[in-house]
Amino acid sequence: MQKRYVSIWFRHLLADWQLIRRPELCDIPFVFAAPDHGRNMITATSPLAASQGIEIGMRAADAKALCPGLEVLDDKAGRTTILLKGLGEWCVRYSPVVMADDFSVDGLFLDVSGCTHLWGGEREYLKEIVSRLKSKGYTVRVAMADTAGAAWAIARFGKVTPLIAPGTHTEALLALPPEALRLPENTLAKLSKLGFYRIRSFIGMPRSVLRRRFGEDFLARLGQALGTVDELITPLQVPVLFQERLPCLEPIKTRIGIEVAISRLLEHLCLRLQNEGKGLRTGVLTCYRIDGKVVQVSIGTSGATCSVSHLFKLFELKIDQIRPALGIELFVLEAPKVDDILPGQEALWAGKPGLDDQSVIQLLDRVTGKMGPDVIHRYVPAARYWPERSANRAVSITEKPIAQWHIDRPRPTELLSKPVPIEVMALIPDHPPKFFIYMGIRHVVVKADGPERIEREWWLDVGEHRDYYQVEDELGQRYWLFRSGHYGGEQRYQWFIHGFFA
Amino acid sequence: MNAKQELVSKLQQDILLWQGFKLQGKEAAEAIGLGELENVFPNGVFPKKAIHEFITVLPEHAAASDGFIGGLLSVLMKDGAACVWISTARKLFPVSLCLFNVEPERIIFMDVTREKDVLWIMEEALKCEGLAAVVAELNELSLIESRRLQLAVEGSGVTGFILRKDARKAVSTVATARWKISPVPSVTEDEMPGVGFPRWKVELTKVRNGNPGSWIMEWGGDRFVEVLPALKTAAWYDHEERQIG
Repeated sequence: MQKRYVSIWFRHLLADWQLIRRPELCDIPFVFAAPDHGRNMITATSPLAASQGIEIGMRAADAKALCPGLEVLDDKAGRTTILLKGLGEWCVRYSPVVMADDFSVDGLFLDVSGCTHLWGGEREYLKEIVSRLKSKGYTVRVAMADTAGAAWAIARFGKVTPLIAPGTHTEALLALPPEALRLPENTLAKLSKLGFYRIRSFIGMPRSVLRRRFGEDFLARLGQALGTVDELITPLQVPVLFQERLPCLEPIKTRIGIEVAISRLLEHLCLRLQNEGKGLRTGVLTCYRIDGKVVQVSIGTSGATCSVSHLFKLFELKIDQIRPALGIELFVLEAPKVDDILPGQEALWAGKPGLDDQSVIQLLDRVTGKMGPDVIHRYVPAARYWPERSANRAVSITEKPIAQWHIDRPRPTELLSKPVPIEVMALIPDHPPKFFIYMGIRHVVVKADGPERIEREWWLDVGEHRDYYQVEDELGQRYWLFRSGHYGGEQRYQWFIHGFFA
Repeated sequence: MNAKQELVSKLQQDILLWQGFKLQGKEAAEAIGLGELENVFPNGVFPKKAIHEFITVLPEHAAASDGFIGGLLSVLMKDGAACVWISTARKLFPVSLCLFNVEPERIIFMDVTREKDVLWIMEEALKCEGLAAVVAELNELSLIESRRLQLAVEGSGVTGFILRKDARKAVSTVATARWKISPVPSVTEDEMPGVGFPRWKVELTKVRNGNPGSWIMEWGGDRFVEVLPALKTAAWYDHEERQIG
């Protein structure tokens, strides 16, 4: 398809912006200045100041001497970029692909391939852009050509017509100065020293000669203008591939209305996803209210899916968060993240397949959607003996254990998150307790196993080792007790209860 | 006479059906491994499509109930299905389930802060046919809430276990069985020193359409072992807590 690009050059971007905000400045010459190495340097000028001979890069003090009534305003770093971004987002109405010009931060590129007929032709299209921006207060120069580089050159240096017919951009470039190629200062100085004042004087030279004299970047810029080298386009707004819109004749205010809207959007979106073999991972529902506010809810799934009923259930949990106020006039459903869906094999008989069963994953999605991702835990064995650290949290539902569970030693079914100190009577050196007092109740130990010594992981924390005993009292209740530290060591020893056996 | 008996047994089967006890097929009606105990349930089959309540007042009882449920899960999860364990203050030590032949990595724990959320998740999970069982630790359960859970179970066939902490609030629920598991002293072979296999007093204080009773069970390493036939007609619950249906 024939590519067409538009370059918009804001001639006095900052000054126009300031004039829109402060119309009283229209008769006064003013400049923007920012401190640089202790001097106040001019960074932008108004058209009136420029006509009096003030240029960008002059010192503010010199400019004031030249033009006595000059007003000097403070410039802020990055303001132009923010302005351009805002203007670029506004320009999305003309083309979905808008890029800020990052070479000379004062313009925009529009990829208008296939867009111009909507405005009745290329000439009308350019006229519309210029007049709309002018009515807002911005003076611009625009140009349209087959390449972004050529459009940039014509917008700034073209003298004949802003509209370069398809295939003729090379001829249009010939008469322009080398500055039109977006070259750095030192290359330009070299070119002028060698007497190249027009592009036509060096465009026919062998590439190897040009590369030797001016470097690879020069050839890249030339190629971008001529169309032989691709230019990297990074759009300001990345268009979402999977998007469905539902405008409503009457504003929607009720829960049932929202439900109907969601299910209709999902049906269309899932059909598209299904046809392309994709599944939704995140979904965003944007509701545009008639009072101008925007309400957004989003869902996520743990596996790619295009099942309408499942996605609807996930959105159903979020409907409470949508405040329709006076009513919603437009629903937009987007799928910013999609994954390839693997068609599962149809089973001949229904079995219970386990963790990766579709219904289990859908249950997890619903729970995550309602209560957040921190609710769900699953544990895989860790190769460690310290009881509190013997299990790791699994990061995903499909994670397989890499170590074995330690089952050679008795472990209690209930483990206290923090061991509780108890009072104990025990014979030294290695005997289990005779009795212990926990929560004010005295338990006489009848049977016991142990000790099992578990050393502390000294590379993680300091402290004493633990000697664990499994004990049973006269009622048959089984406990897991441990003594922290040696008898008669430098540290005090202490008995704790850490769990209950089945 | 014979015809009359047939008619009565037919009517009994019908009543069971209306109350949600589906006659299970031959494959589904396999034993859960409780031995003689299973005979007290209707048709002599452990009801899998049902809610089982466990009363755990003390932490020791909770640990014993965890172990007993672990033993049941080992059979329920035999085909590789997963289990959901919902709690507000979970103390279960995942590693210990290995001792009851359950793979801890196949249990999905859901830890929430409110009891209301536990109920919501439990109902959603009981509707999920891919699960083998759902365990929830709850304090309060009203009749209406338990009926919702029972309806969810009847639709999907997932077994539900509820661990209830407070016995005094044991209002009537539609749970199929109410259990009380308490630890009893273990016995080692030949009076060897040390602690033996976990041994419990298993009390079924309520069974719908069945006969409550009390047993001493032991987890023999890989299956339940009944230790000695306990008295089937222990007197105290007959006039205290007996609830049928």
